[in-house]
Amino acid sequence: MAFSSEAPPRPVQAGRLVDHFQYGLDAPICLTWELTYACNLACVHCLSSSGRRNPRELTTDECKAVIDELERMQVFYVNIGGGEPTVRPDFWELVDYATAHRVGVKFSTNGVRITPEIARRLAASDYVDVQLSLDGATAEVNDAVRGAGSYATVLRAMENLAAAGMRGFKISVVATRHNIGQLDAFKALADRYDAQLRLTRLRPSGRGADVWDELHPTAEQQRQLYDWLVANGDQVLTGDSFFHLSAYGEALPGLNLCGAGRVVCLIDPVGDVYACPFAIHDTFLAGNVRDVGGFTRVWRESELFRELRQPQTGGACTKCSAFDACRGGCMAAKFFTGLPLDGPDPECVQGHAEALLVGGDRAASAPRPSQDHSHRGPVRGQPVLLGLPARRESRPARMCDESPLA
Amino acid sequence: MSAQIHADADFDLDAAWRLHPQVAVRPEPFGALLYHFGTRQLSFLKDRRLLAVVQELADCPSAAEACRVAGVEPATLARYRAALARLAHSHMIART
Repeated sequence: MAFSSEAPPRPVQAGRLVDHFQYGLDAPICLTWELTYACNLACVHCLSSSGRRNPRELTTDECKAVIDELERMQVFYVNIGGGEPTVRPDFWELVDYATAHRVGVKFSTNGVRITPEIARRLAASDYVDVQLSLDGATAEVNDAVRGAGSYATVLRAMENLAAAGMRGFKISVVATRHNIGQLDAFKALADRYDAQLRLTRLRPSGRGADVWDELHPTAEQQRQLYDWLVANGDQVLTGDSFFHLSAYGEALPGLNLCGAGRVVCLIDPVGDVYACPFAIHDTFLAGNVRDVGGFTRVWRESELFRELRQPQTGGACTKCSAFDACRGGCMAAKFFTGLPLDGPDPECVQGHAEALLVGGDRAASAPRPSQDHSHRGPVRGQPVLLGLPARRESRPARMCDESPLA
Repeated sequence: MSAQIHADADFDLDAAWRLHPQVAVRPEPFGALLYHFGTRQLSFLKDRRLLAVVQELADCPSAAEACRVAGVEPATLARYRAALARLAHSHMIART
């Protein structure tokens, strides 16, 4: 995630901020906070495997204590997500609390709660920004990933925001094999609502691991995406998520660096702090905001984050001529596809990962997410991937769900 | 780029400036981070002295005086003027 600050950072003076940022900052620039694992949808690529609320989720008071800390650390804004954060009964109370403490909020939503009344309220605040998730410029492409009816829901939310006079809200698209051909259509949609388009990378995280092989862009599509970003990059946000594409040549706008544990991190609904929103796994768990010293101590002192702030010294990628451009790509993408962390990104544009990915047991040996909050029963509007006859068989959540002996 | 050069030439060192009221400053070892809550833009000051200049602006009758108080040498004033021009261009600082 890099940074999705979302504005591409613009250095005031020439020089390489990357060289400063790789050693970490006193507080994150870009903090993602997932408020709940509960969600009304069941998107096939959900990176937090959301669906059901976790009973140990932070209470309202605990959330306010985290916000107090963020204010003290001068974290300018948080990116709130989930799950679907607006289904938390205290969601608006927490948004108001954060903005009253000068912690700006951008929240991601599927639009389900963006009524005309809420839209007017959002339009009136300078400190709250909205990011609507949309993964297809047509209902067919979107609903195959996000579920039947989800396109209509998000379009209605856009209408409500635009009617309320909200300008520059974000429309966030995960780039997939089925929507790369719709980039101009997404841009036109954003322009129509006076919104800003944001494109991010599909990661093999959470349920995304189950669909990554089918949905991640082909090599030709990656090139198409890169060319489109070079041509339109100044008008499109990316959360710096495509820095692995910089190895094609010209660097894309933003910080071309994995910010995990250096300038970004994730607080999950139960207060666990992970190195980045795409790395919900025990390997990248730095601590919990409920621990002594709270979030501040986790950020500044955790062993994991200290390690991540060391420059990468070994590994195959450091010998590659493109290393300065792509820095080896995305840690989470490597991890969840079973590739070594100091090796190439699974979507390495030089093709260095291709031989590593073809091994027969690669998918089987890749680490699985440490947790799964997916809905267990049927979900209204369950997504059905394009080109597939029916819903895939899901893997058993635990051995005992399948085997009476385990 | 030409717009940038134009902005540099326009920047009035003799005028009084201040940080935009919607901008927050977070000092960091390398300089500082600036965040504008209105434009939602993030900027960086890659220099502790530039941070000092920005912090002096509100208390000085002119940007030139803020530079002097912060210890900017006359030989490097042009560089700081250019940096201030960029900050003005992105509305991080404003005329009082």
